[in-house]
Amino acid sequence: MSTGHLAPAHAHAAPGGFIRKYIFSLDHKVIGIQYYFLALAAVFTGMFLSLLMRIHMVWPEAVLPIFGTIKPEQYLSLMTMHGTIMVFFVLTTAPQSGFGNYFLPIQIGAPDMAFPTLNMLSFWTTFVSFVVMLAAFFVPGGAPLSGWTSYPTLSALPQAGPGQGLGMDLWVISIAIFCGASLMGALNFITTTLDLRAKGMTLMRMPLTCWAWFITAILGLLAFGVLLAAGILLLMDRNMGTSFFVPGGLIVSGIPIKHNGGSPLLWQHLFWFFGHPEVYIAILPGMGVASQLLSTFSRKPIFGYKAMVYAMLSIGLFGFMVWGHHMFMSGMSPYSAFAFSVLTMAIGVPSAIKTFNWLGTLWKGKIRFQTPMLFAIGFVSLFVSGGLSGPFLAQPSIDIPLHDTYFVVAHFHLIMGVAAIFGIFAGTYYWFPKMFGRMMSEGLGKLHFFLTFIGAYAIFMPMHYLGMAGNPRRYSQFTELKYLAPLLPVHKFITYAAIITISAQLIFVFNLFWSMAKGKKAGQNPWESTTLEWITATPPPHDNFGGVTPVVNHGPYEYSVPGASTDFIMQTDPVQAPTH
Amino acid sequence: MATLGPTLTVKEPRPRHGGGGDVPRFPHGGGDGRGDDGAPDYGERLRRYRLGLAVGIAPIVMLFVSFTSAYIVRQGLGSWDNKLNAYANDWLPVNIPTLLLLINTIILVVSSITMELARRQSAHEAVWAPIADIPGVSVGNERPFPWLGLTVVLGFGFLIGQYLAWRALETRGFFLSTSPSSSFVYLLTGMHALHLAGGILALLYAASTSLLKRPIEARRIVIDVTAWYWHFMALLWIYIFALLQFAR
Repeated sequence: MSTGHLAPAHAHAAPGGFIRKYIFSLDHKVIGIQYYFLALAAVFTGMFLSLLMRIHMVWPEAVLPIFGTIKPEQYLSLMTMHGTIMVFFVLTTAPQSGFGNYFLPIQIGAPDMAFPTLNMLSFWTTFVSFVVMLAAFFVPGGAPLSGWTSYPTLSALPQAGPGQGLGMDLWVISIAIFCGASLMGALNFITTTLDLRAKGMTLMRMPLTCWAWFITAILGLLAFGVLLAAGILLLMDRNMGTSFFVPGGLIVSGIPIKHNGGSPLLWQHLFWFFGHPEVYIAILPGMGVASQLLSTFSRKPIFGYKAMVYAMLSIGLFGFMVWGHHMFMSGMSPYSAFAFSVLTMAIGVPSAIKTFNWLGTLWKGKIRFQTPMLFAIGFVSLFVSGGLSGPFLAQPSIDIPLHDTYFVVAHFHLIMGVAAIFGIFAGTYYWFPKMFGRMMSEGLGKLHFFLTFIGAYAIFMPMHYLGMAGNPRRYSQFTELKYLAPLLPVHKFITYAAIITISAQLIFVFNLFWSMAKGKKAGQNPWESTTLEWITATPPPHDNFGGVTPVVNHGPYEYSVPGASTDFIMQTDPVQAPTH
Repeated sequence: MATLGPTLTVKEPRPRHGGGGDVPRFPHGGGDGRGDDGAPDYGERLRRYRLGLAVGIAPIVMLFVSFTSAYIVRQGLGSWDNKLNAYANDWLPVNIPTLLLLINTIILVVSSITMELARRQSAHEAVWAPIADIPGVSVGNERPFPWLGLTVVLGFGFLIGQYLAWRALETRGFFLSTSPSSSFVYLLTGMHALHLAGGILALLYAASTSLLKRPIEARRIVIDVTAWYWHFMALLWIYIFALLQFAR
């Protein structure tokens, strides 16, 4: 009959001093916010770099801030750092470490993460990793050129280019540190989910957000160790004279290289064994948030809860079997290419299950078109448009001509980049009231949504056509190439769209900070949602539930239950005896 | 149990259909390793740390799986020979100092046994601690055998043995960058030694907690978790040794 039992529920007391409270805090909520702002800083760095690239592409002579006129190798540095910062410090950091840290313990009814000190350590390690990564811009030679995938031999030889010396070393070290941080985070997420759930919070009563964070943590746990292994080998090749990745007989700038007997393909296998699960690490938390929001704002239970869970699990499982589809160009045997191709297309099945379940959730719902919901619907839209080009690229015969073109850029930006970012936005608008105690402006939020939604499509849809027209990616400029001249107007259009869309993000930043200070005060449960974060105070007390541990009696998405007096039943609401 | 918390309000039961179902039996959950009286619940905490260790071993396994697969794949892979102008298998089998490594293996296995004895000893101490605290009561075994210290010594012994093995490899002409095969030998043994050194640090930390008069239960958790890690390190080493011996 009760919602909780008395228990002094927190291992460490609420901290007093500023440093313990806001800097080296053990509180998962503070750490979550720290991660969020780290990702915010990173996303603006990454967007700034992409803006420079877009401007340089269509106006190669333009003198740009900080970089001046961009040289071709500088363009490659910008591309490398844009990709690396976005993938690791935004898409891996914000949805999982940011929101996951803040809301996983609350949503499962725990007072904190399982290992708070490890949690703090993992944030500060991530921070150090970010600083080391940015430092690559400021060392002699500048940032590395070899892309976020860092294929050897370009990445293994300091002689190979201006950024391949100290800059590349910093890149590898930063990634290795990031691996350590992610592993600590994943360990914490998994242990917390398995061990700290409140009474009655069975696995199948967890909100889909928690399932997404849990599965993402498992992916991270298994994938980042492999990237770490690859990074260690690369560092040894670069600094200790080993030849894991560098074959013999190479000559750089007329000078023969001493290395002998390595295989660059080894790196590709190791990297993509990490790299493909990494794509799901970026998108799964967004799927969780979209599921949570579509159900809440449609006032309907999620369509096929168990199917959603199993779909995420199978996406995670398949994610480890398809790394070869990134390597169709590497001259792999057609038989293995076929196996990778079939397995890759099999991922379409759980993805389609998720998509149709989202649509089924919306069907005949009493939809409330508030800003978080708009971004959740936007997520589904982008997931579909970005996902549909997946089965194209999964086939070697189509992938080989398209692989090094803008078609691939369009594909992964829509599905991994923008869809995941929409997941982050949806989460921000949805959870902001709980985190900061005030509502974000609806008007500005909707303006931000429509500009970003239309802008994202305006940027990335035309890139499919560029790719099919044979426009190669990673080229620093096209103005000199005659056969690409007819495509230049498309590039100009994309650049204009990018400038407008990136400017529109300033609306979001303004809304974020203005609402923190001046927003309308938020109640305990402004969205009339059912999960545990909405039963506690806004913002939640240090131990999340003010000295009690909640007891869960319901599944996470009990909306519009027939016969109920309200259209939502909180997870902690008492159980009703059936009245027959 | 089952009393209401100060801030959470309980909604009165309202007549309602559907939803809910029975409260499932869920043996553990909530809390943070503290019982209802506010004292740390070491049993729960021990279980959590063991779970954390089990989870934490997964990425270490993945690390060595990666190295192993790279090792095996590279072994079967030809590399481009400029002189022959063709792919040629240039794999150079490394002549590892088997006898020395065998002695190291024995040292590590023995250390795993002493570690297990130290683990059981600390568990025993933790159980008897409340009684041993009563003045005038003796639970026997006042000066327990220093299994923990012996384990640390054996751990260092293993590391020194590995260092000697590397020197032996050098005298046989296999340096880190001699060939990919020798690089892999140094890589696998070196990464294992690094992980084992982490275990030694944890044991030294456990030993220091006893000097710092931390609760015996807290020390027991460190020793327990490190012991499982230590056994894992021993198994990992036997695997690496077998790999280098039989798949060279």
